[in-house]
Amino acid sequence: MNKLYQKYIKTESLPTLFCPGCGNGIVQYAAIEAFDKLGIADDVACVSGIGCSSWIPCYFELDVIHTMHGRAIAFAEGLKLAQPKKKIMVFTGDGDCLAIGGNHLLHAAARNIDLTVVMVNNYIYGMTGGQKSPTTPMGSKTKTSPFGCYDEPLNGCKLVMALGASHVARWTTAHPVQLAKAIEDGLEHKGFSFIEVLSQCPVQAGKNVYGEKDPAKIMEGYKECTYRYREGEPPVEGKIPIGTFRKDETATEYLERVEARLASEGIRK
Amino acid sequence: MEKTKDTSEQVVLQGNEACTKGALYAGCRFFAGYPITPSTEIIEMMSGEMQKAGGAFIQMEDEIGSACAIIGARWGGSKAMTATSGPGYTLMQEAIGFAAVTETPIVIVNVQRGGPSTGQPTLSSQQDIYQARYGSHGDYGIIVLAPSSVQEMYDFTVRAFELAEQFRTPVILLADEVVGHMREKITIHKGVQSFQKPKQKYSVSPSVDFFKGNHTTVEGQLHDELGRRIGHLADRSGEFIEQITRKIDDHVDMIADISTYCMEDADVAIVAYGSVARPSLNAVKKARGIKDDRILPKFRMVTDLFRRGVTETIKTDYSHLKVGLVKINTVWPFPEKLLRQATEHVQMVIVPEMNVGKYCREVERVLSDKKVIPMPKCGGNIHTPKELLDEILEEVGVDE
Amino acid sequence: MTVITIDKACCKGCNICLTACPKKIFVKSKKRNNYGTAMPEAKDPENCIQCRMCERLCPDGAIDVEGDKQ
Repeated sequence: MNKLYQKYIKTESLPTLFCPGCGNGIVQYAAIEAFDKLGIADDVACVSGIGCSSWIPCYFELDVIHTMHGRAIAFAEGLKLAQPKKKIMVFTGDGDCLAIGGNHLLHAAARNIDLTVVMVNNYIYGMTGGQKSPTTPMGSKTKTSPFGCYDEPLNGCKLVMALGASHVARWTTAHPVQLAKAIEDGLEHKGFSFIEVLSQCPVQAGKNVYGEKDPAKIMEGYKECTYRYREGEPPVEGKIPIGTFRKDETATEYLERVEARLASEGIRK
Repeated sequence: MEKTKDTSEQVVLQGNEACTKGALYAGCRFFAGYPITPSTEIIEMMSGEMQKAGGAFIQMEDEIGSACAIIGARWGGSKAMTATSGPGYTLMQEAIGFAAVTETPIVIVNVQRGGPSTGQPTLSSQQDIYQARYGSHGDYGIIVLAPSSVQEMYDFTVRAFELAEQFRTPVILLADEVVGHMREKITIHKGVQSFQKPKQKYSVSPSVDFFKGNHTTVEGQLHDELGRRIGHLADRSGEFIEQITRKIDDHVDMIADISTYCMEDADVAIVAYGSVARPSLNAVKKARGIKDDRILPKFRMVTDLFRRGVTETIKTDYSHLKVGLVKINTVWPFPEKLLRQATEHVQMVIVPEMNVGKYCREVERVLSDKKVIPMPKCGGNIHTPKELLDEILEEVGVDE
Repeated sequence: MTVITIDKACCKGCNICLTACPKKIFVKSKKRNNYGTAMPEAKDPENCIQCRMCERLCPDGAIDVEGDKQ
């Protein structure tokens, strides 16, 4: 077994319940790589909702809450306010975060509260067996869109950027080094960090969504259908931008704003 | 040297304000909420008081978020509370189930209003009595307290935090619009109550707060004592459900609390909870010829006019009725033993409620050897003492 | 010197490592993992440049690369 796994994973719970080739394991590794590099595992607590990706932190040797569908960010906000000095990380999926948990995401992003949200986007509801999610591309046939999906897919990164999240990045499971770095940045950043990870669900989405059911080939596809976003450069037509979209160190974080407000009113020093 | 300084003081407060004061005294240092009539005064007062007390306050995007945030905060080590009413309480149900299964000690105040749906935002009801017990899906144990005065809003809030921590369970303070909005002179305490952690552990889930190096796993699926999921194992899941319900059911004696009034020689008992216990007490006093010393006659007339538009005058003679009152303070778990003891010599029990007659069924089940008369009242107005006494008179008359 | 181990208990046989490795060290084998699927084996580990891409991309933490190259 991998060294980092032995250090940060509850090895007695292995193997994980993810299907063979699932991208969640790659995100899991990227996260523990970031913890290891920063050496802050004792100061991190993880919160997750419901869905395949929400099982990611359940294997960590850390304080973990595996909460209800869509509510991870709300729990995390409470935990953050009770423990302002600690790092709170949220693992969530596309359905968990953008559909049922959309409201919490909107307000947490607008508050710019210091959380690190990792949204694993596999374009499908995997745990329930392959129903369409808010990010499922147009035309994709899923169990609940037998004639092809006709809902406009949501763009999580654009959404939170519009609301004022101060650190927004998107990577894929084919970019594990950059992903680990993004999580590291997110944990170090003071403010709302939103990291979208384009992931694969070879079992439930497979051919219908990615046009490919072999996990390695889906990941190859992610390398081909994405381009590296750099500020000021024109977008590439028909491709998905990846990279760091925003990293604003000047934006005031929620708790800092609260403290400043209370200090100005003479409530706190 | 022992401190002998009296830390109590007398103040006139509204029920919702008293609840806030009680929470602060109990050591509550986190409040998340969303404004909703008729509980809004709690979030309003908390927004200032909590920050002044060095705690944290957040106005969440909805009641779902509020209930979740307080669970998160509790695992962060802060005693936490939220307050809501009818529709908000419905939204909180999934979080209540989560708190029950993860055995998180939180306090939720439900200042009841009339339902269903938007219902009657400004009028009182006791329609959530079963929702408070069985609201969330699945089987779980829960503790529900029903205050009937401003003093009890304060005292029961403190007690709710004690019970939550002791039994590691969500505790519901089931108030209603009447007690939430009335003002009374009450005794409150300064500072923070000292709370000793109970010696016995009643919970089966992991219970060490976060960031203590314990690596606690809080799991919403059925789990073992280490937080590992057992939801796929039928035998162990059954045991778990039994454990989280029996931790309350087996300790009813430690939780249950009732108050009795003139029950020593009573033939008829009024069994009431929450604000309805007030006119019930008044009815007992009227029948027994006891002068109501709590409210000045002049003041009463004004409030009566204000509340109902008419001053109730009681001309009928009820002096032959030996009426007593059993006020149930902990509505759930149902105080079976205490109720049986209190009503041992009574032939007839009348159960007034501001709903279609729900709690009455529970009383009927326990007092199956007695005549149990439901007295439901819907619409938002509380029972008047006269209504209660007339009902008893009619029933007694029929009997004879 | 590089030692590459694949944990039989963790591997699920997704074969991501086959394409992840720039040196194509992993090949299909007839060995079965605990999951019941065919698991890869590391052929010619001396060719390994220790980029650790396989460690990062194995979704089950089954691969461990032991070596001194930086």
